[in-house]
Amino acid sequence: MGNEINNSEVEKIYKKLNNDAESGGYHLNPDNAFTKKLVRGLLINKKRYGYQACPCRLASGIKKEDMDIICPCDYRDPDLDEYGTCYCALYVDEEILEGKKKVGSIPERRYKREGKEKIKKGRSAKDVTMDVKYPVWRCRVCGYLCARENPPSVCPICKAKKERFEIFIKK
Amino acid sequence: MKHSKGIDKGKVILYALSTCQWCRKTKDLLRDLNIDYYYVDVDLADNEKQKELVEEIKKFNPSCSFPTLVIEDKDCIIGFDEEKIKEKFKKQ
Repeated sequence: MGNEINNSEVEKIYKKLNNDAESGGYHLNPDNAFTKKLVRGLLINKKRYGYQACPCRLASGIKKEDMDIICPCDYRDPDLDEYGTCYCALYVDEEILEGKKKVGSIPERRYKREGKEKIKKGRSAKDVTMDVKYPVWRCRVCGYLCARENPPSVCPICKAKKERFEIFIKK
Repeated sequence: MKHSKGIDKGKVILYALSTCQWCRKTKDLLRDLNIDYYYVDVDLADNEKQKELVEEIKKFNPSCSFPTLVIEDKDCIIGFDEEKIKEKFKKQ
């Protein structure tokens, strides 16, 4: 497969991801060589599928089905909470960043133990209807909430795209 | 399936993804341990083959995550578990 990604592309996206992460209170894995290989994987997937599916998960090629594993994935935050790293280890917590803890391979959160059903298509919230002036939108990646007619084009916290927002409170 | 030659420790198959760095580490570890093994990068297989492989993997690892290492069609090590892999091949 023609997956030639040049180094300058990797460097460019790595820098962008790093800036985005730090500005939102997240951290990229300090193991630069490892992290850049993951970034390359993301770029390969972008080329291959048209979206940046997690490099450590098998993408279906159908964007709608894989929305939850587009990086940053719906499982990053709970994995950071529980293990200090996301599934592919692109993102890590402060302890790992500072070298106090080692990063390792963690279990897959996407499916239940039995392995069949996806956990309610990611971490979907149950929407409620309220008598409010504006509906409230929730970023499925980081939980950011905003009250406005439509979600922002990019999440100001985690930089996930508009399509990752779900309705949280209907008006 | 690709073959990485080494010491015969029985039938060892690694299901991997070409873009996954834990899979990469698993391949490197098996090579460093000089284990004879076969591997397949499932993401690079064509659609039909991919479906077949996914079914194969699910028999050992229902969530079909990567890497999945299957030894002698019965034992399975999920994820890059360095200790477990070393232990497994030490005993045999």
